[in-house]
Amino acid sequence: MTEQPNNNDNARRYWARNLRLLVIFLVIWWVVSYGAGIIFVDALDAITIPGTGFPLGFWFAQQGSIYVFVALIFTYSWLMNKLDKEFDVHED
Amino acid sequence: MDVQTWTFIIVGGTFALYIGIAIWSRANTTGDFYIAGRGVHPVVNGMATGADWMSAASFISMAGLISFMGYDGAVYLMGWTGGYVLLALLLAPYLRKFGKFTVPDFVGDRYYSNGARIVAVVCAVFVSFTYVAGQMRGVGVVFSRFLEVDINVGVGIGMAIVFFYAVLGGMKGITYTQAAQYCVLIFAYLVPAIFISILLTDKYIPQIGFGANLAGDIGSRVAGGETITLMDKLNQLNTELGFAEYTSGKKSMLDVLCITGALMAGTAGLPHVIVRFYTVPKVRDARISAGWALFFIALLYTTAPAVAAFARTNLINTVSEASYAEVEGEKSIPQWFKTWEDTGLLAWVDKNEDGKVQYVAGAALAGKPAFTEERGAHGQRIVSNSNPETKNELYVDRDIIVLANPEIANLPAWVIALVAAGGLAAALSTAAGLLLVVSTSVSHDLLKRVFVPSITEKQELLAARVAAAFAVMIAGYFGINPPGFVAQVVAFAFGLACSSFFPAIILGIFVKRANREGVVSGMLAGIIFTASYIIYFKFLGGTPDQLWFGISPEGIGALGMLINFAVAFVVSRFTPPPPIEIQELVEHIRVPSGSSGPSAAH
Repeated sequence: MTEQPNNNDNARRYWARNLRLLVIFLVIWWVVSYGAGIIFVDALDAITIPGTGFPLGFWFAQQGSIYVFVALIFTYSWLMNKLDKEFDVHED
Repeated sequence: MDVQTWTFIIVGGTFALYIGIAIWSRANTTGDFYIAGRGVHPVVNGMATGADWMSAASFISMAGLISFMGYDGAVYLMGWTGGYVLLALLLAPYLRKFGKFTVPDFVGDRYYSNGARIVAVVCAVFVSFTYVAGQMRGVGVVFSRFLEVDINVGVGIGMAIVFFYAVLGGMKGITYTQAAQYCVLIFAYLVPAIFISILLTDKYIPQIGFGANLAGDIGSRVAGGETITLMDKLNQLNTELGFAEYTSGKKSMLDVLCITGALMAGTAGLPHVIVRFYTVPKVRDARISAGWALFFIALLYTTAPAVAAFARTNLINTVSEASYAEVEGEKSIPQWFKTWEDTGLLAWVDKNEDGKVQYVAGAALAGKPAFTEERGAHGQRIVSNSNPETKNELYVDRDIIVLANPEIANLPAWVIALVAAGGLAAALSTAAGLLLVVSTSVSHDLLKRVFVPSITEKQELLAARVAAAFAVMIAGYFGINPPGFVAQVVAFAFGLACSSFFPAIILGIFVKRANREGVVSGMLAGIIFTASYIIYFKFLGGTPDQLWFGISPEGIGALGMLINFAVAFVVSRFTPPPPIEIQELVEHIRVPSGSSGPSAAH
């Protein structure tokens, strides 16, 4: 396979869009783990998830953050596949 | 059929499966041996990554660890999963585009320096050996506990199996055996967890039972007629006995932040995990494959805290104030208590001589139980190192939580045998992945790329196999003669990965200006800082009050990583930028198109 005939500008804009996505996704990643699971855990623990015995902060620390992590990777992967096509930098 | 027979059948069956896969997936080229010819399906790679990543410690010890730590156990749960987000978003797709075979390949090429390559090789080999020693030991322990063979014989059998598929099949053999091992280990983990969830909360899904009301056979007995959630009951039980509330922690917030950070970045920087993403056909596959990997890992990692809470509730309820000898009409300890006491993972000292188990906060013994040959008044094993300063009479090894789970819940013999097979699968799969990193580092990074570039493909493959064989033997040696500091050096593995590789790779992809001088000095600064802190506190007798801001050695890698970033950034500013072809390389790896397809070997 040969290199796509990207001009520099196309590649630069693709990269900028990717960086913007990364920032958004990493902020969510940070908020659910370090934020909800650690820094604000005591405040959130005052709330109990309705219908369960989970204090909210504790749940984020031991369950919720992990679910969000999985969702983040699949969503990022999906959005990047679209972005690759939009900028014509996808494989094959 | 008894447990022994079942264990022989199930463990024997899984081993036969692993060997069969090894024969079927022999490696013929270095491409096969290092990266499975880049033909691994992303879902299969996800499974293999899951098994590669989840070690004997994840399988056997983690739930127990969380059980005794309560909230604080979250550092492991978030730390060991959050790293995959970093991997999927910041590392895997770009390293896959870069191609090649190893992490030192990237570091060496991107920073146009064999010095950087060798620093990376030394870190990779050190990190891998640190980790693998514990796995081999784990294999020996599982064998001795379930099949009643000598630990050393167990290590020997484990070595033989790993030798077979790692040396023969390289990455190709390892990948497909790991995928099979994942299936074995997750099945072995979930079956008892589901049973226990039903017994305590009447829910089929442990993650839901974890937050539900107590119900079911054991649960309603614990609740004693009340309608109360498992969480509330557990907090109540913990507080009554003087422990911290289960849902709140004891560690300082800064320490929790640092440990979680070090574990996340360390996970993303561990060479045996990164290299798995070289094996998929495309950049796109590398992204999604990390998602599958975390999905498969999350199945176990979200179950573990549920198991931890179930087991803790059940443990307290079963043993607290129970009499050791059977007394008519009184609560007495169950049979599994005595079984595990015989293996030395439980110990009871009747400090107040009332014949009942008092389980309260504080260490019952000074360290691990030192059993004498005698039996006490009630038939209990006598220990010589009782700790008179606490009222606690019970010593519980954390590994019991997973190993004894099936017995605690009265599950059939085949489930117990399954847990043995699962523990072995977890240990063997991780060991194989690590050994491959060691062998590749020697044959590819040192021989081919630095010392003997003229080596032919055939010779390189032979060198890789010889190196793998040697690595298996060294790992086995450490398994049989475990250095006393294995537990301590695990902090090292993560600390080093996080303060060396992680920043070097991130800068290599995201900062075009990062150059050789900057990154080599950054890596050295990060490693030296982290290593000195860990060595001082783990080996030279540093005391807890000397810790910086209360940051424990497990978390110091996070600071080491920041130091690495800072030094690399500043030094790069004041030294010449990387050559133009390196800047083009960075441009090249940032876009997916133009990657080499599945068949390309070099």
